[in-house]
Amino acid sequence: MRGLIFRNAMPRTLFDKIWDFHRVGQRADGRDLIYIDRHVLHELHAHHAFAQLAKQRRPVHRPDLTFAVQDHTVATKPGRDDDTNPSGTAFIKAMREGCRQNGIRLFDIDDPEQGISHVVAPELGIVLPGATHAVPDSHASTVGGVGALAFGCGTSELAHVLATQVMALKRPKRMRVRLDGRLGAHVSAKDVALRIIAELGVAGARGHVVEYAGSAVGAMPIEQRMTLCNLNIEMGGRSGFVAPDEATFSWIAERPFAPQGAQWDRALESWRTLTTDENAAFDREVTLDCAALEPQITWGTDPSQVVDISGRVPEPGAVDPSRRAAAENAFAYMGLAPGTPLAGLPVDRVFIGSCTNSRLPDLQAAAAVVRGRRVATGVVAMVVPGSSSVKREAEAAGLDRVFRDAGFFWGESGCSMCAGGNGDRGQPGERCVSTTNRNFENRQGAKVRTHLASPATAAATAIAGRIADVRQLLSEVA
Amino acid sequence: MVPFTNHTGVAAPLLTDDMNTDQIAPIMHSRSLKEDYKAMLFHRARHREDGSEDPDFILNKPQFRAAGILVTGQNFGAGSSRESAVWSMLANNIRVIVAKSFADIYRENCLQNGLLPVVLDAEDADDFIGRVVAADGAAPFTVDLVKQRISGPGGSDIAFEIAAADRTRLLEGLDDIGLTLKHMAQIVSWEQRAAAVQPWLQHTQDSRQA
Repeated sequence: MRGLIFRNAMPRTLFDKIWDFHRVGQRADGRDLIYIDRHVLHELHAHHAFAQLAKQRRPVHRPDLTFAVQDHTVATKPGRDDDTNPSGTAFIKAMREGCRQNGIRLFDIDDPEQGISHVVAPELGIVLPGATHAVPDSHASTVGGVGALAFGCGTSELAHVLATQVMALKRPKRMRVRLDGRLGAHVSAKDVALRIIAELGVAGARGHVVEYAGSAVGAMPIEQRMTLCNLNIEMGGRSGFVAPDEATFSWIAERPFAPQGAQWDRALESWRTLTTDENAAFDREVTLDCAALEPQITWGTDPSQVVDISGRVPEPGAVDPSRRAAAENAFAYMGLAPGTPLAGLPVDRVFIGSCTNSRLPDLQAAAAVVRGRRVATGVVAMVVPGSSSVKREAEAAGLDRVFRDAGFFWGESGCSMCAGGNGDRGQPGERCVSTTNRNFENRQGAKVRTHLASPATAAATAIAGRIADVRQLLSEVA
Repeated sequence: MVPFTNHTGVAAPLLTDDMNTDQIAPIMHSRSLKEDYKAMLFHRARHREDGSEDPDFILNKPQFRAAGILVTGQNFGAGSSRESAVWSMLANNIRVIVAKSFADIYRENCLQNGLLPVVLDAEDADDFIGRVVAADGAAPFTVDLVKQRISGPGGSDIAFEIAAADRTRLLEGLDDIGLTLKHMAQIVSWEQRAAAVQPWLQHTQDSRQA
């Protein structure tokens, strides 16, 4: 009998390689125990989990692999503190106390590196290629942009990871989304992701881990890959990632928590093997040509209700019968008749931020549109950087001046108007173009009508006071 | 976790697809560490703009106010991972959700809390929905996890599938962390192996403080 010959092993996907390496064992109930290399908490869930563990007298197994960030409830007003958003105070303090008791590194509300967990973890090099990652938040897979395999979870699973450093998971299916073609000017990963969700539907990737591949992905800067992976949950994906490449490694190098020196060389050697083998089998493969893609925008109340920026609200007859009731509901909520063109719709509010689109290149793309222009009269426009580090870098580059001179509010970092958990909300009936991830009813405030779009589209809309095609705005002579 | 063996209650038909957790458990304007999960459930849908109850919302109708089973469509629980979307069901004594499918994270959150997620294939689901609508809350249904059957007015029992392991976990009310802690020796030996082959994963250090 011969020994194991890995050379002849079945070709494997990158997902399988990461999963198999992290598979500690199998539980009696058949679930795989998957080791979590990096665990990041936020204040909305942390106190429940800490309280549960304290009651059960269970310690945190690996506080050194656990981090915490105040993000969901923190106010964005300059000079904020624990009490600026009163409904967040108890959550902020409870997580602070739990972190102190358990020896967990906390990026507190006044930490110079505080921010949205999905932005902070990669920018500090806490999350690394090939690492597994858990966050009690559905947008955990944002960090798939650096080639990490991340799982969103609830509060009970958070307590489970704290106590054991593993997640008990059923092995998901594998899916590959191949994105070909070169993106046009002012077309970004946000537009690509919205188009994918439009094509596959809000449950199109349920039960699957998605590998995003193809030339369009390879050409994307790392921040854009994070935007792409961030929106994976909006089509129900269990996780999503981009295989790391040389661009990823350069992006990670020298970040504070990344390996250094000889460790870096060793890590790099290992990371270069993080690829899907040729002929590896996927349960599902989808290809999208992005070459002719226009900027995209949602017209309805779920992230699959998307059209080209030059498009119109669909006629009910053009909607799949199984989705027609949802469409009718969305027409009413959004105050839009079928056939209405999106471009030109007056807006009340523009929000640029969230784990989807708040990294420095997002702000640069928006600032390039805003520079030398003014926000239209009557429009409330906000920019909330994804982290305090992003904010500092943006200020060093003068972007805050560009936004503030144009009439934007320039806030302190946090999740802000994405879910309104910090009190940043719109008023009933307002139409808001937002760079966030969910256009659900009432999410950005009661009766607020949200249209999801890219930072460039949001910026152009703020200037025009109406939903605008950034390409047209920039081609007009000022 | 409270074990689940069977549950009898009025079945309320909430016949929409893609019901998301922002709808199930909206973020309340004044929130606290001890939330009122009972009031949170479908808080927005249950109320009109002036704050009064919306009599047209299914769970506000007299016959469904004490519903114990929720019957719904595809992809129930999409969106945010908030576990309050499960806790708010339990706070209202809804211990079973029968759907055509569930969002992944929501289903996991159900299993963690003894809320039974039943998936019926399209044909059985449509049949069951027809019976639930016809019953209109006048007679209860029973969901039996031991027998894996739904019984009630309007027809014969409907069998449902559930992974054996999930079934056991619910039936016995197993402590999920406890199940995993039995593998602590394996976890520690994995850590030792990982520290040898990928030491950067088993170690975190802010290099600026080195």
